[in-house]
Amino acid sequence: MSTNLAVSTQNLGRVYRAKKREAGSGKEIVALHGVDLEIHQGELFGLLGPNGAGKTTLIKILTTLLAPTSGEARVAGTDVAKNPWEVRRHINMVSGGESSGYGLLTVEENLWLFSQFYGLDWKTARERIREMLKIVGMEDRAKTKIYHLSTGMRQKMNFARGFITDPEIIFLDEPTLGLDVQTSRVLRDFVKNWVRVRKNKTLLLTTHYMQEADELCDRVAIIDRGKILACDTPSNLKRSLNQSSVFHLKVDSLPQPDSQFQGLKGIQSFAHHQHNGLLELSFIVETENALMPILASIERSKGNLISLEKRQPTLEDVFINLVGRGLSEEP
Amino acid sequence: MIFRKRVELFLRTVIGRAYPRLIGLQRERSWLIFDTLLPLLQMSAFVFVYRAMQAPPEYTGFVVLGGAMTAYWLNVLWSMATQLHWEKENGNLALFIMAPTSRMAILLGMALGGIVATSFRAAAVVLVGIFIFGAHFSAERIPELIGIFLLTLIALYGMGMLFSSLFLLYGREAWHMSLLLQEPIYLLSGFYFPVRSLGYWTAMGASIVPITLGLDAMRQLLFPRMMQQIKFLDVRIELLVLAVLGLVFLFLAQRSLSYMERLACQEGRLTVRGQ
Repeated sequence: MSTNLAVSTQNLGRVYRAKKREAGSGKEIVALHGVDLEIHQGELFGLLGPNGAGKTTLIKILTTLLAPTSGEARVAGTDVAKNPWEVRRHINMVSGGESSGYGLLTVEENLWLFSQFYGLDWKTARERIREMLKIVGMEDRAKTKIYHLSTGMRQKMNFARGFITDPEIIFLDEPTLGLDVQTSRVLRDFVKNWVRVRKNKTLLLTTHYMQEADELCDRVAIIDRGKILACDTPSNLKRSLNQSSVFHLKVDSLPQPDSQFQGLKGIQSFAHHQHNGLLELSFIVETENALMPILASIERSKGNLISLEKRQPTLEDVFINLVGRGLSEEP
Repeated sequence: MIFRKRVELFLRTVIGRAYPRLIGLQRERSWLIFDTLLPLLQMSAFVFVYRAMQAPPEYTGFVVLGGAMTAYWLNVLWSMATQLHWEKENGNLALFIMAPTSRMAILLGMALGGIVATSFRAAAVVLVGIFIFGAHFSAERIPELIGIFLLTLIALYGMGMLFSSLFLLYGREAWHMSLLLQEPIYLLSGFYFPVRSLGYWTAMGASIVPITLGLDAMRQLLFPRMMQQIKFLDVRIELLVLAVLGLVFLFLAQRSLSYMERLACQEGRLTVRGQ
């Protein structure tokens, strides 16, 4: 393996087995299967997939919280299963929806406490805490006990916690989950700068927000049902659909959207989901000629077309093309 | 990592993890009521029983000491043994495991913070006992008393550290385990009566809980005349056993913590809440 790899996995797999006394005893759930991944030092790498795709399982393995059941994973050049102690010196992690910390302590006390587990001297810790609280817009909350914080504020505090130790490699697992648009934007800007300004820092971001992955990441791996389906730069991934046309339709309703368009010629991929009371349909078609039979089919089933839009391919369209359903649909 | 850095990281971790417990004393002042007045009720019952029996006045101090030591036992059960489980539930455990520091330092921090905070509670119980019941203690063998007291705490919190990792395996059932242990140990360790009255072999069995021998030894030093007739073992033997128990519990705590961490990583339970 190349020495400038921050993270690499080879044929990595994880199978969960239900315990004897649990329902479905002996049942196996394959969370990861044959994952091969190489993330270079200094890269901002995204892992894009729907809920349950295996993103968090992969992050847990890479952060030494979970042992793989097959294959190998290396972080900062060290095998995570064989030498987790060495790996831990180089990493940190922030998870969306995290509720860590001690309610009785203030924001800065909590951050200081966790910095001590990384050996930060008090002066450095205090400086970095001040700096990070400024970045996440919580300077005025430094002395607030965390049980008084909203979920969003707490999430911002945890975001700060991850960066205070200035890790070589940071894992962000859905870091903007549940945050408002403004705060998410601030954190995204910070993340982008953190990797750009500090050379050799690596960031692995998991998200199911395709815009987040598109905006931030140097490269993106698309993961579904424990398998990596594609891995490239966002523009290259989208370019794979350049020969195709992407149409986005909104209709009031359709009786059986799953089966309605089966058999129509020229449809590469199709996904649908309900949004604001309307049925949103995404079609990736080989040529624009395929659109007419689609519209005719909608008319036959008495659906009212509200809008029709032809657009540039997005990462979500790439995902639909690879998987046959949208990111927000249940597997 | 060089040795000096390791020691520094270990100490920073201990201080860091002890901090919430120490600050809790100042920020949750309700302990002044719950942790002194409630034990006082239980102590009162025994003080009045001994007085009704016209037992020697030393028995009041005997009971007050038992009352003070209950604070440590409750702290070990509810703030050590079940602690890692609660840390898992609120998401801290994953951060502990992921940090490049010693797990034992985290447990030690929990223990030291608990000891200091509980000592304030225990001291409050003793003061209330002296003030209300007029308990008095012999102050002749203070250095030995301090030695026995510290050894008792080391062994007791060593046991708490061991429980902490073992209870992680039990998940939510840990709460029941603590409940199961709380009252029987009041009886078996002789918190309010001479442990020898349970019979030699029962007292010997109960000595696995360090507070049993610690209480007996401290009482021998504080009430030498009265304890002549009712002591369980010689103080020197109790001192030796407490030292051995302390070492054994700390060793087992370290081993079981490594084992539990490995097991939890394999089974994927370190971050799964509500188990």
